[in-house]
Amino acid sequence: MSSGTITLHGRKVVGGSAEGEALVTHDTISGWGGVNPMSGTIIETRHELRGQSFKDRILVFPGAKGSSGWSAVFHMTRLTGTSPRAMLFNEMTTKIALGAVVMRVPSLTDFDRDPLTVIETGDWVRVDADRGLVEVTKAAARKVS
Amino acid sequence: MKLTDADRAMLDGHGGKARQKAMELLVRYAEALGAERFVDTNNVAGVPGSYSPLLLNYYQATAENAYDIVYSRFDLDSDEVVQVPRVDVHSCHLQGGIDPENWQTLGAKPESLQMSLDSENAAAGHGIRILKTCTPYLAGNVPVQGEHCAWMESSAVVYCNSVLGARTNTEGRESTSAAMLTGRIPDWGFHRDEYRHASHHIQVEVPVADLMDWGMLGYFVGAAVGERIPVLTGRFGAPELIHHKHFGAAAASSGGVEMYHLVGVTPEAPSLQAALGPNSRPEIIAYGTEQRRRTYEELNSRASDRAVDYVMLGCPHAALEQIEEICRLLSGRTIHSNCQLWIFTSRAVRALADARGYSRIIRESGGALITDTCSAIAQAIPPGTRVVALDSAKQTHYLPAIMGIQAWFGSTRDCIEAALTGRWNGVLR
Repeated sequence: MSSGTITLHGRKVVGGSAEGEALVTHDTISGWGGVNPMSGTIIETRHELRGQSFKDRILVFPGAKGSSGWSAVFHMTRLTGTSPRAMLFNEMTTKIALGAVVMRVPSLTDFDRDPLTVIETGDWVRVDADRGLVEVTKAAARKVS
Repeated sequence: MKLTDADRAMLDGHGGKARQKAMELLVRYAEALGAERFVDTNNVAGVPGSYSPLLLNYYQATAENAYDIVYSRFDLDSDEVVQVPRVDVHSCHLQGGIDPENWQTLGAKPESLQMSLDSENAAAGHGIRILKTCTPYLAGNVPVQGEHCAWMESSAVVYCNSVLGARTNTEGRESTSAAMLTGRIPDWGFHRDEYRHASHHIQVEVPVADLMDWGMLGYFVGAAVGERIPVLTGRFGAPELIHHKHFGAAAASSGGVEMYHLVGVTPEAPSLQAALGPNSRPEIIAYGTEQRRRTYEELNSRASDRAVDYVMLGCPHAALEQIEEICRLLSGRTIHSNCQLWIFTSRAVRALADARGYSRIIRESGGALITDTCSAIAQAIPPGTRVVALDSAKQTHYLPAIMGIQAWFGSTRDCIEAALTGRWNGVLR
């Protein structure tokens, strides 16, 4: 992968800004029954992030699936302090829109480039949701600097 | 967003503080979606103001003020606690809480039961109809074609859109609680004609006959289409209500299916063309013997030990005809001493089962007919359970992940045999 910084443009879902290390999955995420809101850990049996927590990470994923308890489970992660710092996703659904709103973390969708092909786990990501901007520093470049 | 005068009046506080907070949340939600307006709804299904020990503790609430505090701060996501009025929108409470008759079987503590009853009484006192089921359409709430609803519960949402031809997105707790106060919900997604057409054509090449077949087909379809809308053609005959119930629930678990079309069966699919609308080039996916076998193996990949200590039926909540079948399969025998049989249903259906003597038959066999919840929702399984047997693909998807147990999937008959013998002998027929 290339080093240096990559910029993505998207549509604001929830405003605000944040930065942190990316946690990327190509699997959609279930809220209720897919996430333990006490720890922010993915628990779905066949999920590629099973056992990993999104706490304090920039969560990059295709979108939400499964139960209508999605928003309430992600809402709970705000109460328990295990929310991601920001969410970047491709597929807009009512579950993810409501979940992002009540979790109150900066969130973006509708990107000019697919974040799943640009961002890898471990990259450093700055999100300015009000301006629709995502700045990615590749993990490889971070090691060099 | 284009707000009506009535929307603005609520936002300005003319309908009281609670409606103002509800509208503020709905506007944030609609803007996140990219919706341009709201639509009226007079049929809302959610879990308004439900307490849990964690929420009560977090908000430092007491039994006296808990409903207002939890409804304000969690349901309406308001930093300010407001007084929540009685609803004047038709509103019902879905599953949750603890069956007040079988709380000891579920292993609940008396204080948990009391909290559940307090929560229920508060909601009922605010005009919420207490259905306590994931199948409101089997408990008196059956929307008509075209009706705009705001429902939670993915299995009920997919039934509402697909089978009834009513219109709802998969709403969440916060949006339904806000809609109960305002009668408004974002006009987005399934409320709009252009959104309801299929994008994927599933060609079903094998006969689909019983509940297990429909569950497997649903599980396959959900995994294949994700959040898209499938249209199915093939040898599926005329499915019954319970087949739709299990098909939709499975498709909404392995994927995010909120609506499906069965050509010649569901109301918006008189033909393949009608279901596809302008989508002239759907993605085509085959479901044949091989896909069916692989789906069965996938659903049974969560177990290895054939000694079954728990059989759970009624996901989504059992219809009366399923309880009738369970009684027929039990045929007066007693379930194995190492095994428990719990069947979950709504209060409405249990009242019918009581009247017909089915509840007694289940009790005499050593099983329990339980309302309000299920093992996944209540996180309640018999003590020491290692291996469960299930006839629901949805419950098979969730329960092993939530409870850390093994799960077998099969027919209702396979499950009752497991309950009677303590052994799993299910096969794909």
